[in-house]
Amino acid sequence: MTCLAVTRSLLAVTSAVALLASAPVLADPLKVGMITTLSGPGAGLGIDIRDGFALAVGHLGGKLGGQDTQIIEADDQQKPDVAVGLANRMVERDRVNVVTGIVWSNLALAMMPTLAAGQTLFVSPNAGPSQLAGAQCNPYFFNVAYQNDTIHEAMGKHVQDSGFKKVYLLAPNYPAGKDSLAGFKRYYKGTVAGEVYTQVGQLDYAAELAQVKAAAPDAVFAFYPGGMGINFIKQYEQAGLKAAAPLFGPGFSFDQDILAAVGEAALGAKNSAQWSPDLPTPANAKFVADFKAKFNRLPSMYAAQGYDAALLIDAAVKGVNGDLKDKDKLRAAMKAAKFDGLRGAFRLNSNQFPIQNIYLREVVKGADGAVTNKLAGTVFSDHADAYAKDCAMK
Amino acid sequence: MDALLLAEQGLNGLQLGVMLFLMAAGLTLVFGIMDLINLAHGSFYMVGAYLTAALVPVLGGFLPALALAVLLTALLGLAVEAVALRTLYRRDHLDQVLATFGLILFFNELIRILFGPVPIFLNPPAALAGTVDLWGLTYPAFRLAILAVGLAVALGLWLLIARTRVGMLIRAGATNREMVMALGVDVRLLFGLVFALGCGLAGLAGAMAGPVLAVQVGMGEQILILTFVVIVIGGIGSIRGAFAGALLVGVVDTLGRALLPASFRLVMDSASANAAGAAAASMAIYVLMALVLAVRPKGLFPVG
Repeated sequence: MTCLAVTRSLLAVTSAVALLASAPVLADPLKVGMITTLSGPGAGLGIDIRDGFALAVGHLGGKLGGQDTQIIEADDQQKPDVAVGLANRMVERDRVNVVTGIVWSNLALAMMPTLAAGQTLFVSPNAGPSQLAGAQCNPYFFNVAYQNDTIHEAMGKHVQDSGFKKVYLLAPNYPAGKDSLAGFKRYYKGTVAGEVYTQVGQLDYAAELAQVKAAAPDAVFAFYPGGMGINFIKQYEQAGLKAAAPLFGPGFSFDQDILAAVGEAALGAKNSAQWSPDLPTPANAKFVADFKAKFNRLPSMYAAQGYDAALLIDAAVKGVNGDLKDKDKLRAAMKAAKFDGLRGAFRLNSNQFPIQNIYLREVVKGADGAVTNKLAGTVFSDHADAYAKDCAMK
Repeated sequence: MDALLLAEQGLNGLQLGVMLFLMAAGLTLVFGIMDLINLAHGSFYMVGAYLTAALVPVLGGFLPALALAVLLTALLGLAVEAVALRTLYRRDHLDQVLATFGLILFFNELIRILFGPVPIFLNPPAALAGTVDLWGLTYPAFRLAILAVGLAVALGLWLLIARTRVGMLIRAGATNREMVMALGVDVRLLFGLVFALGCGLAGLAGAMAGPVLAVQVGMGEQILILTFVVIVIGGIGSIRGAFAGALLVGVVDTLGRALLPASFRLVMDSASANAAGAAAASMAIYVLMALVLAVRPKGLFPVG
């Protein structure tokens, strides 16, 4: 080692020590585990949640609840086994205070026991399976987005009120798919022309579309989030079915991630969601503009949910004045959290799922030529899910 | 189920099969002749779709975009073969799996950096966007185009392999590689060409699938699994096997999805039939593979 190098390393050591000494005594930073889908066909959704969350943290000056915040990112690859492994790691090794990011209901259900056993708060920015809203509700599980059924219930009501009598239903074969059709049928009372569950991640829908055509329904309701939605909407249009039976779906089937890829094939489609890019709240206008500026694309509802997840965590940490040691206190503060999110004043039900408005949206061509969603009415005001009564929590 | 619907489902099955064949042909060629397991085959499929989507607005038409995308994908294959794979021929299959899996990650991330995380737009050309009337059966025009392209490729490959000198070398290489080398054939060149051909075919499959499916990062891995099922059923290395296997898988998968839930409904209540039928339909092709392998362990058309 040359003399210079020795001097350099000595300098480095002393300055590091000096830094340590001069730093104010800080509480432990808030650690957030961001377990979400960052690779594979579902990655668009996970990346939007992550980016929406990051935007909120940025808006809050890099601190949630005034606390230094460390976000530990991990890719669940849309696989339940991987998600459980990551949940374990976050609890045991990284010792995070909160886990968030989860997109898929089957993954959320798989991770719940691990996180509950580790007394780690689980803030879902998307997955809201009926199980966790009802009998299996869990004090550690908070949903900041919606309970799965509620979005589909709104579409059931809209289709019912619009006078359709014979509707064909399609959804992927997984927990959220079951919730979807159950929710739709809770408010739609006409004839079900057919009810089909398809494989998760299915590419080709020709067989199903041929059966839809043969059943001659007067409307079709399809729940296909992410890439599945793109496959389905393209093929629905190409099969010439759009003219025969209008296609309805929850917002997931017609959200920004899908619209960019299907373009005008989706124009005019009515869908339901708890959020819309043109929802008139001050926070939302800023969110949409800043998201576009920072990430160079329009935000989806997943991005909005990621943003609100950060706000919920922020409110909870503020509620305990940054004292993260007492897990029960943090949990109670989250339950009592009051904040104005992108959807206005945020409110949790006794099962820790939101009570909120569900809106009707329509796919339109915006002023700049981009295909996007526009509010077309309110289907439910202050709507609570149907499972809260089965939840033992008060 | 009436005859017309059954005919339509049959056609759907054939069309899916032909699309799978476009993928499987390249994969089976590379495996059969070069003895290389190329997990990154799906990446070339993705590249083909992305290049087509990117080139349509530039070139102003689907056909020129498709042609250029296929050519570029083949050239990319040539480059990848020279840079990354050439040293792997002598290594065992596990090393090849590892290296080509690395290529998948590389290409997925590259595409994400270049095109962003959100799926991108690609529609069929206007002339093929609608439906055509086939004796009372309305069928999407673009799916017929896929069928036509796939059959043309099958015929072209057959001519290439059965009727040309290159085809003779390919056949010889698949049967006995060492002997071909001993006879003084430039195997390095042959391998490069075969790999480029395989990649071009994958690119063509991606370009043809793009307007029907989501053009997104990871689209290659979704279809790769089905493609492996196809070549295992058909017999690894055999183009004829890939063709038969692809059609078989396409038809079994489509008819399974069309018929199984309905037949389950005959014996159980509708809700459980829907769920059980969907589950059984998703297993159908794997059951088919198991059956084929039980009877013919080397596939339907074993090579060598």
